[in-house]
Amino acid sequence: MIRDFVREGVEGGWDVRDLSRIDRDAHVAADVAIVGTGAGGGTAAEILAKSGLRVVLIEEGPLRTSTDFRMREREAYPQLYQESAARKTADKGITILQGRSVGGSTTVNWTSSFRTPSDTLAFWRERYGLRTFDEAQLAPWFAMMERRLQIHPWQEAPNANNSALRDGAAKLGIPSKVIPRNVDGCRNLGYCGMGCPTNAKQSMLVTTIPAALRHGAVLLTRARAERFSFDGTRIGELTVRALQSDGIAPSTHTVTIRARHYVLAAGAIGSPAVLLRSGLPDPYRLVGKRTFLHPVVLSLAVMPQPVNGFSGAPQSIYSDHFMQTQPIDAAIGYKLEVPPVHPVLAATTLVGFGDTHARIMNDLAYGQVIIALLRDGFHAESAGGSVALNGDGTPVLDYPMTPYVWEGARRALLTMAEIQFAAGAKAVLPMHEDAQPYESFPAAREAIARFPMEILRTRVVSAHVMGGCAMGNDVRESVVDEYGAHHHAENLTVFDGSVFPTSVGANPQLSIYGISARNASHLAQRLTGKTAAPIA
Amino acid sequence: MMTRRQWIGGSIAAAALVAGGAAYEFSAAGVDERAIVAAIAPVLLDGALPRDPAARAGAVEDVVRGMEVAVAGLPLELRAQLNQLFGILRFPLTRRFVAGVRDAWPDAKPDEITRFLTSWRYSGVARLRGAYDALHQLMMAAWYGNERAWTAIGYAGPPHVA
Repeated sequence: MIRDFVREGVEGGWDVRDLSRIDRDAHVAADVAIVGTGAGGGTAAEILAKSGLRVVLIEEGPLRTSTDFRMREREAYPQLYQESAARKTADKGITILQGRSVGGSTTVNWTSSFRTPSDTLAFWRERYGLRTFDEAQLAPWFAMMERRLQIHPWQEAPNANNSALRDGAAKLGIPSKVIPRNVDGCRNLGYCGMGCPTNAKQSMLVTTIPAALRHGAVLLTRARAERFSFDGTRIGELTVRALQSDGIAPSTHTVTIRARHYVLAAGAIGSPAVLLRSGLPDPYRLVGKRTFLHPVVLSLAVMPQPVNGFSGAPQSIYSDHFMQTQPIDAAIGYKLEVPPVHPVLAATTLVGFGDTHARIMNDLAYGQVIIALLRDGFHAESAGGSVALNGDGTPVLDYPMTPYVWEGARRALLTMAEIQFAAGAKAVLPMHEDAQPYESFPAAREAIARFPMEILRTRVVSAHVMGGCAMGNDVRESVVDEYGAHHHAENLTVFDGSVFPTSVGANPQLSIYGISARNASHLAQRLTGKTAAPIA
Repeated sequence: MMTRRQWIGGSIAAAALVAGGAAYEFSAAGVDERAIVAAIAPVLLDGALPRDPAARAGAVEDVVRGMEVAVAGLPLELRAQLNQLFGILRFPLTRRFVAGVRDAWPDAKPDEITRFLTSWRYSGVARLRGAYDALHQLMMAAWYGNERAWTAIGYAGPPHVA
């Protein structure tokens, strides 16, 4: 029996309030109100609560814990993801996987934990003047979060889906490495994306948020941060809308939060949305702009032996080779990884329908999938997307795929097919509506060269939303400073992936942890006058 | 190359989508919507659904119900967009000229439905490709999220955790 210590904690008296159950408006007072409980909000919550500050956390999604994590896609996607894991860009061209429960995306991510790459940091220093973003200055913060979240290179053998990437790449002389993962006592099940049923994944749900709750923090769930009031200098209060029990429709009740300081950590779509709804000063129209996705293209191989890509740690091998074959601001680079291969994720991503689709699904156990994450935001023709509001105030991301990005997508499809054939694939099917299973690399190469590269023809997905509240020291091109402090509202700070001025060029969770830990410690010192205690 | 029919279809679809779905609003659990899904699912999932007629009918019913549950869990804005899509499929004039399906859904032949899905899948109008993708995603998820689909694809289901 797995101990559900989060549920025990709630039953034992942690202050967690499900706003779908309130029957009247309410008020909450706190030192710091944090919007969002993912990588940024969770990290900030522990640091600020342990610094003696009264913290209130606001989460739009529900509280779901290990007992609820039954490893069924049909249950997990509606409960734990934004828009039932079917969030899309405005033109429907890119599907976006983003978490939406306590712990945010950390509850459902695949545990890959990379420090911010040094070439990304160098670009941020040189292009955006982020002087404090050098490896040496950030190293202690990354190290602290690696200790806090048990981040180590994966020790067990990779599953066959990952080892095919390693072996195929090696045959072509392409180096790969083992992925560091934030797990403690991982049983190698492979269901990280549906919430860890054994509490091995060191997500915010089982680490920093319980720590903050033990230090007196208040957690509001099914609570949508609507807008800040602003007097020209400071935020006065935050209006939070209670959701109904379906977790979707707004109820008639609100909770008004008054705090000394406000932290936005609602992710790179949610945080800009709160700022846009609030009408905070944005003289250079930067909020929600330059939003990046690491657009992902995929390639499926049918292997001669079972791969069982639904089983075992989903991501344990990666290659950065094609990030380094050209300068960071030249042709777009891409990181190679693999995804878990579960029935719904596979069937919805697999192109085609009817018999051709069914025949490939019948070989699901033999399916090997590689993904290429395109490093967007480092080139003039990769300016990212922009967040706007629907009529009901909910956000939508418009992300135009440019010829520059498509060129990289085509190169990535070629690379992945070549690696898969090198790994022994019987056939390779690039995820493109015009593709068929190809039985040799020359056949695949010839076809890929001719694919029309356009949305809803080439399958494009994303699990990494970044930017939209870029940090910088020039108010004409940034929303917050290097420590996340908003340029115009003096008691507002942003701690999440929205502060990155470009994409990260790696799965972003550890970048968000480390930078949020540094910036939250800086904020704690500002608010208490004392140095924040390390959390590990 | 876009055929003339695709171009006209695209224009009508675009107009219908721009005009908004208010004229075609119907409940997410509407009877017509069920009939549309019940007609399209056996084509979209051909080769995946069981062949035995009784089992096949039960599986189609599962897909219909699975889709209803999934749609009910979507944000209001997305539900409104799906209402527009199903409005186009339901309204005889748009069914005929945008989807290219001559017969009412329960009478539509599999070939006709295959042609409809293929024409949207490769349409020059991105919104029609998006509409195809929405049907694809919803129906694939409704079937493959169902344990009944798992044996055929060699998936034993989630492991037992003690």
